[in-house]
Amino acid sequence: MHSRLYKLAVSLPPLTWVALFLLIPYALMFAHSFWLVRDGFLIHEWNLQNYAKLFQNPVYANVLLRTARIAASVTLLSLLLGYPLAYYMSFHAGLRKDLLYQLVIVPLWVSYLVRGYAWKTILGSEGVLNGFLQYLHITHAPVSLFLYSPFAVVLMLTHIYTPFVFLPLYASIEHIPRNLIEASHDLGATQRSTFFRIILPLSLPGLIAGATFAFVLSLGDFLAPLLVGGPSSIMIANIVQSLFGTAYDWPLGAAISVCILLLTVTLLFLTERLEKKWAFR
Amino acid sequence: MTAPSSNVTPQALADTSATLLEVRNIAKNFGPHRVLKNISLEIAAGEFLTLLGESGSGKTTLLRLIAGFEQPTSGEIWMSGAHLDTLPPYRRRVNTVFQNYALFPHLNVQENVAYGLEVTRASKSEIPTRVADALRMVKMQSFASARPATLSGGQQQRVALARALVNRPQLLLLDEPLSALDANLRKQMQSELKSLQRELGITFLFVTHDQDEAMALSDRVALLKDGALEQVATPREIYVHPATAYTAQFIGQTNLLHAQVSNGVATWASLHWPTSAPNGPAIFSLRPESIRLTNDSQFAEVPRPAGESAVAPATIHFRATILQQTFSGSSEQLEINCANHALRVRIAATNQLSGEHNFHFSSASATPVRE
Repeated sequence: MHSRLYKLAVSLPPLTWVALFLLIPYALMFAHSFWLVRDGFLIHEWNLQNYAKLFQNPVYANVLLRTARIAASVTLLSLLLGYPLAYYMSFHAGLRKDLLYQLVIVPLWVSYLVRGYAWKTILGSEGVLNGFLQYLHITHAPVSLFLYSPFAVVLMLTHIYTPFVFLPLYASIEHIPRNLIEASHDLGATQRSTFFRIILPLSLPGLIAGATFAFVLSLGDFLAPLLVGGPSSIMIANIVQSLFGTAYDWPLGAAISVCILLLTVTLLFLTERLEKKWAFR
Repeated sequence: MTAPSSNVTPQALADTSATLLEVRNIAKNFGPHRVLKNISLEIAAGEFLTLLGESGSGKTTLLRLIAGFEQPTSGEIWMSGAHLDTLPPYRRRVNTVFQNYALFPHLNVQENVAYGLEVTRASKSEIPTRVADALRMVKMQSFASARPATLSGGQQQRVALARALVNRPQLLLLDEPLSALDANLRKQMQSELKSLQRELGITFLFVTHDQDEAMALSDRVALLKDGALEQVATPREIYVHPATAYTAQFIGQTNLLHAQVSNGVATWASLHWPTSAPNGPAIFSLRPESIRLTNDSQFAEVPRPAGESAVAPATIHFRATILQQTFSGSSEQLEINCANHALRVRIAATNQLSGEHNFHFSSASATPVRE
């Protein structure tokens, strides 16, 4: 048995960490959401005004809906890109497997900001895409639609989060015993029905994990709208950022944060249950 | 081959011993490794044929070629008079029981068994009865809604068997299906497999590395060594008349006697016996149980043969020293020293032996084998 001192020594650092950087900040945020700002001063007066504002002013609900829509699009697109890639790499890549894997991972080492600015260069009026289209005489003037639109945000976030979707998916497809696929063919199933009846159901835990990553990370993103989004694609995190910054309304910002937090935690709880339910080994 | 009329039972089909599967000059290379070298083999309808061999002998590869999971490097496989090797696995009327069962973990027992019927679009009304029949056949009907992970090895084995048989294959491939079971269950499953095969009349191609299992189950045994067939014969034939020294050693135990033959007489150590083998060096297989311990009284009555006589005797007597004795219940394993050659002997359980004793064997039991 481990001594009491040992147990204390092992558990103290993580507990301190969690308390200092998670529990206390969350408690502060939670408290702030019930306070208010008057004449530029924070008043420690308990009330529900902030939450009332959230539900009364349709701006917040609209932005939240748009955010969810963008996150859902990113999730769907990353799955559509990530699943075929994971499938191909697991079943058909052969010796190229390791190389391809590294190629998927490498972008993760590149700074998020750099990738954001890269998209700016590609999509802008003087950008690579417009230059190319004009060169081909498909368009005759720069198309301003590419940059500063929800489309650009979805594109950039999809680019950034596809590896996060790919990794758990690839792991779960790799873990499907190959003799199950042989057994399926043996019993008369074509490639197609083997995919839908065996491979897809058995890769669901990875699919859920990947989709959760993409959705939750996109939901909280504020840099993509800032860099490539423009005013038409403000997301909920941008509002929180401005409330804590220039607008100086910490209590309202905290109230929004609490709502997003609850939403995310509920989502994570649900997907975790699903993953457990569909993990068969 | 003519198509059997509808009133012919599978059993009757088996009796006609028409060829079901024909493996013609099959070779398989994995890179530089020649896993199978020019294998030709015929399997009769209704037969229980076992592919026996050590690990790495190519037996599983041959099975996978027939199932369609691998493509042969050269050669052809035919079934019922048609090319089999050009068909994808899902078009072959061949089903497989996998070594570790390969049950689908996300489906319950019933869904696992129904899988083959559903993907081949069997009529919806037929599926429940056929699944129930298959589960009853392997005595698993009370586990219909259990998940594979909750079943024991033996139960999973039964489900895998039901799943493979529900499509009514012409040929069932079994890849070491009993190797994960403990000894007692194994024996029980062996006899159940055998009676199931008799009942259904389906041709079984069974892969194992266990020679006892091969002997107990099969109509014929095909022994593989390093990707080539050593011998294909009934268990009795392969035991009594092993074609090669390897076969003699692999199937049961034996003594290999490197003898010299001249003019119909084989000479080994100081012993001589008549043989039809040609002149020159020859290897004889002499089973341990073919060597008998001679009662001293019995020996006294038999005149000692004249070593130099032209016609060697049909019963060969010799004296040997007991080196070791191992008791194994019903029998005793002896290691004896006969003119500075060690021989293995198996006799019925007796008392502790020591010193010199008289032994004899029949010249008919010394079987000439190829190198």
